[in-house]
Amino acid sequence: MTTNGLLQIGLYLVVLLALVKPMGWYMARIYEGNLPALVRWLTPVENLFYRLCGVKPDEEMRWTRYAIAMVWFALLGVLAVYGLQRLQGLLPLNPQGFGAVSPDSSFNTAISFMSNTNWQGYTGEATMSYLTQMVGLAVQNFFSAAAGMAVVIALIRGFARRSTETIGNFWVDMTRSTVYILLPLSTVLALVLVSQGVVQNFSAYQTVPTVETITYDNPKLDAAGNPIKDAAGNPVTEKASAKAQTIALGPVASQEAIKEIGTNGGGFFNANSAHPFENPTPLTNFLEMLAIFLIPGSLCYTFGKMVGDTRQGWAILAAMTLIFVGFLAVAEYAEQQGNPAFAALGVNQAVSADQSGGNMEGKETRFGIVNSALFATITTSASCGAVNSMHDSFTPLGGMVPLALISLGEVVFGGVGSGLYGMLIYAVIAVFLAGLMIGRTPEYLGKKIEAFDIKMASLVILIPPMIILGGAALAVMLDVGKASVANPGAHGFSEILYAFTSAVGNNGSAFAGLSANTPFYNTALGFAMFFGRIWLMIPVLALAGSMAAKKRIPAGAGTMSTHTPLFVMLLIGTVILVGALTFVPAFGLGPVVEHLTMIGAH
Amino acid sequence: MLKELRPAVVSFLVLTLVTGVAYPLIVTGFAQVFMPKQANGSLIVKDGKPVGSELIGQSFSDPKYFWGRPSATGPMPNNATASSGSNLGPTNPALIDAVKGRVQALHDADQGNTALIPVDLVTASASGLDPHISPAAAEYQVHRVARVRGLPLKEVQRLVKLNTEDRQFGILGEPRVNVLKLNLALDAVH
Repeated sequence: MTTNGLLQIGLYLVVLLALVKPMGWYMARIYEGNLPALVRWLTPVENLFYRLCGVKPDEEMRWTRYAIAMVWFALLGVLAVYGLQRLQGLLPLNPQGFGAVSPDSSFNTAISFMSNTNWQGYTGEATMSYLTQMVGLAVQNFFSAAAGMAVVIALIRGFARRSTETIGNFWVDMTRSTVYILLPLSTVLALVLVSQGVVQNFSAYQTVPTVETITYDNPKLDAAGNPIKDAAGNPVTEKASAKAQTIALGPVASQEAIKEIGTNGGGFFNANSAHPFENPTPLTNFLEMLAIFLIPGSLCYTFGKMVGDTRQGWAILAAMTLIFVGFLAVAEYAEQQGNPAFAALGVNQAVSADQSGGNMEGKETRFGIVNSALFATITTSASCGAVNSMHDSFTPLGGMVPLALISLGEVVFGGVGSGLYGMLIYAVIAVFLAGLMIGRTPEYLGKKIEAFDIKMASLVILIPPMIILGGAALAVMLDVGKASVANPGAHGFSEILYAFTSAVGNNGSAFAGLSANTPFYNTALGFAMFFGRIWLMIPVLALAGSMAAKKRIPAGAGTMSTHTPLFVMLLIGTVILVGALTFVPAFGLGPVVEHLTMIGAH
Repeated sequence: MLKELRPAVVSFLVLTLVTGVAYPLIVTGFAQVFMPKQANGSLIVKDGKPVGSELIGQSFSDPKYFWGRPSATGPMPNNATASSGSNLGPTNPALIDAVKGRVQALHDADQGNTALIPVDLVTASASGLDPHISPAAAEYQVHRVARVRGLPLKEVQRLVKLNTEDRQFGILGEPRVNVLKLNLALDAVH
C-alpha cells in the first residue's frame, strides 16, 4: 500500500467519523419531534400534509399497526414501479422511445427498488425511459430508505421507552425521513455532482462523429431479433463499421445523489458508478462513498442519543468500523497483487507514481486500485450495491470480501436503518450468548431479553442464509440456473452464490457476468429480495414492540456493560462467528477453490 | 388493516410529486442555468459542432493515435448507449486470451518496443467508456506516435503533459491522461 493510498483511506474515515455526531444529533432531534430551527418553518406544511392523508401525527401505533402501514406503503411502491415499466411506451419523457419492459423483468425491478436492493437485470440506458427512472425508480430510492429509517427508529424507541404499548407513528417517521433528511442532502449532493460533470437533462441521446472509423463484428440477427448461431453454437457475425458514437444522457445527478444517500445503489446506467456520467472525478467518488456511510454511521449516534447514553452508540460504531477496516485491508491487498497469469505476458502490474498497477480488469483509471477496492468494501458493508468497478473481475480473495460482507447481513454500517437494526439484533444475540456463559438472564439497555425476543432475533439471523444457500443450491441443480453463468469453474458458482446473497441482503451489486435477466432469475431473485426485506422488518418491529412493553431494570453489580471494549469485541466475535459458521463451506466451493487454482497454476 | 390504506395512497402520491417530479426538476433547473456544459455531457465542440465528450472514451486502433483502455461494450467498443465491463473472472481463459491479443496488437504496432506494457492498456475498463489511461500507458506509446506522425518526441510528450490530470487536490484518485483530448490536440498540430 502506498502512502497516498493510506492517506486517501485515512481521509475518508476521518471525514466520515467527524460527520457522525452532527448528523446523528440532527436526526435524533427530527425523530424526537424537536425539529431544529433549520426545518421548523416547514411544520405548517407538514401538518397540512398529515390532514390530507388523514393521519393524526400524535397518534402512536402498536408494532402490528406500524408493520401494516409499512407493508401497505411497500406494496404501493411495487405496483407503481411495475405499472410505470409496463406502460412507459405510452407515457411522456421517453425520447428514445423505449417500449414496455417484459413482465418478469418489471416484477423483479419493482421488488428490487421497493426493497432497497436495486438489483438490476436490465441495462438502464437501453431500457428505462426518463419518466420510469425519475418517477418510478428514484422515488423508491427515497421511500425504501425512509422505510428502513422508520423501522430502526421504532426499534430504538422500543429500547428507549418503558412499559408502553406503542413505538411511534410510521407515517410521521417516514415523512420526516424523506423531507427533512433525505431530500435536503440529495439536493446538495446532486448539485455538487453536476458541477463535476454528472449529467442532468431531459435531452435525447447525443450523437457525435468519432475521430476514427471503428470496425467491429456485429452479431447477425434473425427476423425475431435473436442472434443467429452456427453449428458449434457460436454467434454468427458480420463486419460492420461505425463513424459515430451515441451518448446516453438523462436526469442522472438527481438520481445519483439519492442512490448513494439512501444506500440504494441502482445505477441510471448499466455500469453504475463506474460510468463517467455517474461518477466522473475522484471528488465525486469520494462524496459518493461518503454519502453511502453517512446516514448508517450517524444513526449510531442517533441511537445513543435516543436511548439516553451516547456511549452505547459509539460502541456499536466502533465494532462496525473495526470489522470494516479488517475487510478493507484484505480487498486492497488482493487487488493490488494483480493477476499472476499476466506476469508471463509482458504486462507491468507494479504500482508506481505513473500507474496504480494491480488487477485493472473491470476498473477505471481515475479510481485505480485504492478507490475501487475501497468503494467495493463500502458498498457491500452498507446494503448499497452501487459499484465503481466490476466485482466479477476481482481476484478470488478480493471478490470474496464483498460476498462475505453481504453474507454477514450488512451490519457493518449497513443500509440506512437496516444496518443498525441488524447490528442491534446481533447485540441482543451477543448479550444472550454472554448470559448463557455466566448463567444470568441477559439484559440489553436495561431490558430483559426473554424467549420471545430471542425467537424474533433468530428469525432475523436465520431467514437470510436459508434463502441464500437454498436458492443457490436450487439454481446450481437446474439447467436454467446454470445456463446463465458466464465464467467457467468455481467462479461460475461464485456468480450464482453472489446473486442470491446480494438479493437477500438487499445489496444489489453483482458478479454481473451472470445473465440474470431471464424468467428464472427474475422470479427467484424477486422473491428472495422480497423475503429478505419484509420478512426481516416484521420480526424487528415485533422485537421493538416487545422491548417497549418491558420495564427498565436499573443496572446492578452483575449487569454486563454494553459500551466497553470488551462488549465491542464480543459483538464483533458474534457477527463474524455466526457469519462464518453459516457460509464458510459455500465460500470454500467458490472463491477459495478459485484462489487455490489461480496461485497453483503459476 | 384498511385503516392505513388512505394514508398510504395519499402520502404515496404527494411524496411522489415531491421526490419524483419537483426534486429532479429543481435540480435540472439549477444545473441548466448555472452549469449547462457539465449538465449536458461535457461535450467538446469544434467549429460549432460536438465532436465527443471529455468524459466518454472513444476507440482508437491507428498507430498514429494514442490508444485508450480496451472496451468490452457490445456490439462495438465504447458504445455509450450500453455501458459495461467484460465481467471476465481472473482465471477465465477468455480473459487471458483477450490480454494476449491486446499485447500482440500493441507489439505489432510498435515493433522493437520491448518495455513491459502497463496493465491498464491491456485490461478492459469497468464502464467500457473510460476516457483515461495512466501516465505510464501514455509514456509507453509516445515513441510510436511521434515516429508515425514524424513529430519530435518532445512535442508529443508536451501534449501528453498538457492533457494529464494530477490527483484531485493532490490526494484523491489517480493521475490520468485524457485520450480523446490528447488525440484531438495531436490532430490539430501541423
